[in-house]
Amino acid sequence: MNPDTLKYTEEHEWIVEQRGVYIIGITEYAVEELGEITFVELPELGKRLERGEDAAVIESVKAASDVFAPVTGIVAEVNDVLDMEPDLINRDPYGKGWILKLKDVNEEEYNELMDSRSYRGYLKTVE
Amino acid sequence: MNWTPATKSEQAEMLSVIGADSMDAFFDVIPEALRSCDWNLPEGLSEFTLRRELETLAAKNNIQYISFLGGGYYDHYIPAAVDALSSRSEFYTAYTPYQPECAQGTLQAIYEYQSVVSRLMDLECANASLYDGGTAVYEAAAMACRITRRFRVVAHASLHPVWRRMLETHVAGSPITVSDGDGPDGEDVACVIVQNPSFTGDVRDFTALARDCHEHGALLVMAVNPVSLGIIKTPGAMGADIAVAEGQSLGLPLGFGGPYLGILATRTAHIRKMPGRIAAATTDAEGRRGYVLTLQAREQHIRREKALSNICSNQALCALRTLIHLCLLGKTGLEATARACYSKAEYLKSRLDFAKPLNPGATFNEFAVCLPLDAETVIGRLRGKGFLPGLPLAAFGRGGPNDLLIAVTEKRTREELDAFAEALREACHHV
Repeated sequence: MNPDTLKYTEEHEWIVEQRGVYIIGITEYAVEELGEITFVELPELGKRLERGEDAAVIESVKAASDVFAPVTGIVAEVNDVLDMEPDLINRDPYGKGWILKLKDVNEEEYNELMDSRSYRGYLKTVE
Repeated sequence: MNWTPATKSEQAEMLSVIGADSMDAFFDVIPEALRSCDWNLPEGLSEFTLRRELETLAAKNNIQYISFLGGGYYDHYIPAAVDALSSRSEFYTAYTPYQPECAQGTLQAIYEYQSVVSRLMDLECANASLYDGGTAVYEAAAMACRITRRFRVVAHASLHPVWRRMLETHVAGSPITVSDGDGPDGEDVACVIVQNPSFTGDVRDFTALARDCHEHGALLVMAVNPVSLGIIKTPGAMGADIAVAEGQSLGLPLGFGGPYLGILATRTAHIRKMPGRIAAATTDAEGRRGYVLTLQAREQHIRREKALSNICSNQALCALRTLIHLCLLGKTGLEATARACYSKAEYLKSRLDFAKPLNPGATFNEFAVCLPLDAETVIGRLRGKGFLPGLPLAAFGRGGPNDLLIAVTEKRTREELDAFAEALREACHHV
């Protein structure tokens, strides 16, 4: 995934639409803040998530953090590989380290999210 | 952080969220008789006077009874080494000693406690302990709900009625509901909770029920008498997913309300849904073996309101006593203790031909009988002769007025059993 083409949230998650399905992960910044990731708790398939609702939990050597649904939608797929290799998120946060996919997403909410330029600007304010 | 206790307005706000009109309404779950009505305490006393008063009160306790009381808590022998080792100040005076830099002894003890509990239950992992057996039953139920993402737990009739009440108390205000049943009777069932031996003493093999639960996407939670596992098929062997127990029988003296020990073990697949602390072995930077707490991200000091449990303080000192007790017994000692309890109970059964046996099949150290006379009357008569004959089942809603639950441990001698059987016969036939 090219980070320049993704949408972002203030919680340091990325999301991108591919053929009607929305792929979600966490950003390089989030990964650096968390440190080595040791476990990922994934949501149930078919579960409807409201925007801002807890979608997954990432445990790292430093903390346990929630991944929030960036938009409202239904869980279409989860990255089961993370069960065995949670540190895929550390190694490839924008690729093999994706976390979940949503379908039937609220597109308006999606369009409201930051693009990569706004996110980079946002990062300057939090660093 | 501000440590000012809740102000009146904050109290009012919290009460309105809960839906209670006043503090009194909030506390009305506590039976009236147990609520304090008067805080007008007497003047202070000198140490000497106070000591004399307390000793006078203590002397009113009769501790010489020969006890056949059970119902989850048993009169087992505790080797002197348990007291001697557990009262060492390194263990006894330490408070929350969990920093690995300065608490290797405690952490190693917890790690070894977890190891013996896992072996005892025949499951892969155990936590650092919980408050008591009833709390462990609730924690296992909540854990099953987290794992299955279902919210109904089925309580089997074998479950201790007091633990069942504790379960109901703990689930209040949560999405979890409790219903009676003997199997996974719906797609919303997270787990079936059984007890082996049952509250009234029945020993069963729940292997088929475990299979049935798994076929329905539910878990099997099994509460056990830990001493019975010296001779009885283990929860792991029966296919249980979570095993819990009251640990009092393993090195803790009988007390009115504890402190006791909640034992909880499970399979590795569920370890991240298991409440409470877990000690783990690791190596330090120089490759030396050491012990630390692990998987803490699930716990309340890190996850705050999203923690797996908010009552997961562990009973480190009680767990230590249980560890020492089990290490002293060893595999053969535990088996010998269990065999002694079983054979002595069987012997007593054979002497009670005047009472109707109520257990349909095998029992372990405890059995129920229907006496020819009201159980409370018989208990009163035998107390006068130095015996505590057992628990009246009617008081627990698990039997008629004549039903008595009798427990026998390795401590009862043949002479005591003979004398008790005779005294019971006399008490029943003397009108």
